[in-house]
Amino acid sequence: MFSLVQKRRWYFIISACVIIPGILVMLYSLVTTGSLLRLSIDFEGGAIYDLTFTAAGATEANIRDVFVRFGSDNPLIQQLGDPAQNRWSVRGTFVDEDTTAQIEDALDAIAPIDREASRIEAVSATVGQEATQAALFAVLAATVVVTGFIVLAFRSVPNAVRYGICAIIAMLHDVLVVAGIMSLAGLLFGWEVDALFLSAVLTVVGFSIQDTIVMFDRIRENIPKHLGEPYEAIVNRSVLETIHRSLATQLNAFFIMIAILLFGGESIRQFIAMLFIGLLTGTYSSIFIAVPLLVAWEKGELPFTQPPQKAKTTPSTAAAEG
Amino acid sequence: MGTHIRWLIVIILITMFAIWVSLPNTILTNVPATCYENPVTIPTQGIHLDFNGDCVQEVAVNVQQALGLDLVGGLRVVLRADAPGGSYTAQDLRETANNVGRRVNALGVSEPAIQVLGNERILVELPGVTDAQTAIDTIRQTALLEFVNFRGLNFQQIQQLEGQRILTTARPTVTQSPDGTAAAVSPLTGQPFETVMTGAMLQAAAAVLEQTQWVIQFELKPEAADIFGPYTGANIGQPMAIVLDGVVLSAPTIQAQLTTGGIITGDFDEETSRTLALQLRSGALPIPLVVETREQVGATLGQESVNLSLRAGVIGIIVVLTFMLVYYRVPGIAADLALLVFIVLNLAVFKLIPVTLTLPAIIGFLISIGTAVDGNILIFERIKEELRAGRKVEEALPAGFDRAWQSIRDSNLSTIIICAILFFFGQTPGASIVAGFAVTLALGLIINLFTAVVVTRTFLNILVALLRQPVTERKWLLGLQGAKHV
Repeated sequence: MFSLVQKRRWYFIISACVIIPGILVMLYSLVTTGSLLRLSIDFEGGAIYDLTFTAAGATEANIRDVFVRFGSDNPLIQQLGDPAQNRWSVRGTFVDEDTTAQIEDALDAIAPIDREASRIEAVSATVGQEATQAALFAVLAATVVVTGFIVLAFRSVPNAVRYGICAIIAMLHDVLVVAGIMSLAGLLFGWEVDALFLSAVLTVVGFSIQDTIVMFDRIRENIPKHLGEPYEAIVNRSVLETIHRSLATQLNAFFIMIAILLFGGESIRQFIAMLFIGLLTGTYSSIFIAVPLLVAWEKGELPFTQPPQKAKTTPSTAAAEG
Repeated sequence: MGTHIRWLIVIILITMFAIWVSLPNTILTNVPATCYENPVTIPTQGIHLDFNGDCVQEVAVNVQQALGLDLVGGLRVVLRADAPGGSYTAQDLRETANNVGRRVNALGVSEPAIQVLGNERILVELPGVTDAQTAIDTIRQTALLEFVNFRGLNFQQIQQLEGQRILTTARPTVTQSPDGTAAAVSPLTGQPFETVMTGAMLQAAAAVLEQTQWVIQFELKPEAADIFGPYTGANIGQPMAIVLDGVVLSAPTIQAQLTTGGIITGDFDEETSRTLALQLRSGALPIPLVVETREQVGATLGQESVNLSLRAGVIGIIVVLTFMLVYYRVPGIAADLALLVFIVLNLAVFKLIPVTLTLPAIIGFLISIGTAVDGNILIFERIKEELRAGRKVEEALPAGFDRAWQSIRDSNLSTIIICAILFFFGQTPGASIVAGFAVTLALGLIINLFTAVVVTRTFLNILVALLRQPVTERKWLLGLQGAKHV
């Protein structure tokens, strides 16, 4: 039988090759811009422009062009009141006074602007700090509760705690991959983290755990069936048995995402791209992180599970405690 | 077989109901037009039923798809602080905005946008709000609740003060009195009454029916015990007034020392007690607000981008349906039918809850359709394994469902747990996106548990019963390719 878990070192190295640069990019971003990820006005606040034009001619598209030209990559544009009033509201990043004046001039070129009736003000974040903290705290709480749930669900298996911890590590792995890539995209293409990104991360978290549990479930079922076999062989068999399902499920999610990428509107491309990466790493981490980690733990290869004196001599036979 | 037929009937009925609900302008009513005072208020959609003909609707469900600000725009209200600049901090304004957010959520408006504007304004955007006035009133009400020392007043004096406007140490001046009468001061001292504690010290409040009287049950914050405990302990037998926005609601006699909570009595009916409890829960606004402007705002996303996403979704769904059919054959037909049931049930639930649909919510739903077949895939892969192991078709089907159930249950349950936690934390002001997302995801998973297991099993068993001979003779109809060994 093809041994998938045997090459586990490679998988860990591959993941490290994605995650470590990601963390470095985030740190670089933290040093240069003051935040780990490039935040949108949803999180950071910005400026709100109440614009009144004295004649028709302004459209969502040409207003957007002006704001993008002056550095607001994702302005939020709404028409105010009756369309005949030519009033618009734009939320963009905060810019200095000179740029504001330039924006006003550029808008004036589209249609004459009533400077008296127009107003620019600072606006706070829609997703305030409180909300961001709540979301982070929620993910932490979910981590603890889900670990507890997995331990409970796998109580019939020896070392149930390991299953919980490995599933959570796989999930954190996925969050780090997505965050790292998003941070890189922020530096390279100016992609901004908005409320949508929060939803994408939460979807990935759910998907990752679900995928891992399906794999673990097969191990749980196979342990009593193949009592004589070594743990590694049982785990390997379980992965190979469920890999069909993993791929088929992944494929279906991709069908929908590819359709939205190809045929959907412009505004959600980044969201879909992040989901795409997230679901990919979600499947990868179940097969290549969560399951190999179990084996590594069982064999005492993890730094904190092996007795120190055996560390160098017999890593492959050192039994884990418990 | 009998069970499957029964389930089939149940599924068909549920699906038909769901289709009916998800159609535009669903209406079911037996309330005669004469029951409505104003013909304009006669509903054009929703379920309105009056069984005993007394013009009071026993069932009133508004079946309308709520759409988010990005898709339909909504009501934009700019509120300005009604206090001199410098008398409050930026923190106060943020806190006020958070309280406004709580109130808006309590109105049942989902996915509102609330932002602090400059240093004296708050911008509130409410998607699809029809009753602008009620919304604004609820936002603005300051709801300053006070527990006021009425020590030494006699019964007659208390009776005179009930329902009256009074001055207190927490609110020593009143800028305007609606009926023009002067606010009363203490007849004993000639000074404003002493405020023992304000509603800010309340932890929770709820309207409760005690025998025949609606009362408000409240719990105190731990730090309030140090103030309220000693005071009530020292004044047992003395009256204490409960004052809302300067008006004496009631002045009960202190019966016992109160350290953790108590009840507020007064002349409440169900509605007023619930409103007051809501106001107490959502907290007094630290800064009074006035409405500066209110107007309709347009959608941030054009109709075109919605249409594009919907078209993309339909294409994606067709690909998924085709894949399941080609890859799993006869079981694929069952899965496709179950997936269609899943979509219709979801659309109906979105309207009934109601879930506010924004573009991200639509995308999230589309993705959930992609992952909804996961349950079916787990089951069908199991069935294939059983068939490969040499079982007969009639053994392999139930075995496949049985074995797959455990992993479907555990994997879905873990995500539902995550949703519950996200929903709980999503109650923080500004985090309603998180809560909304959690609700949509959890509903999708629960509906999916039903469609992927019960609906698929019913359809598959009936299909196999109908196609008994071809299926047993040609295993490829069940998705099996040759005698592949795994």
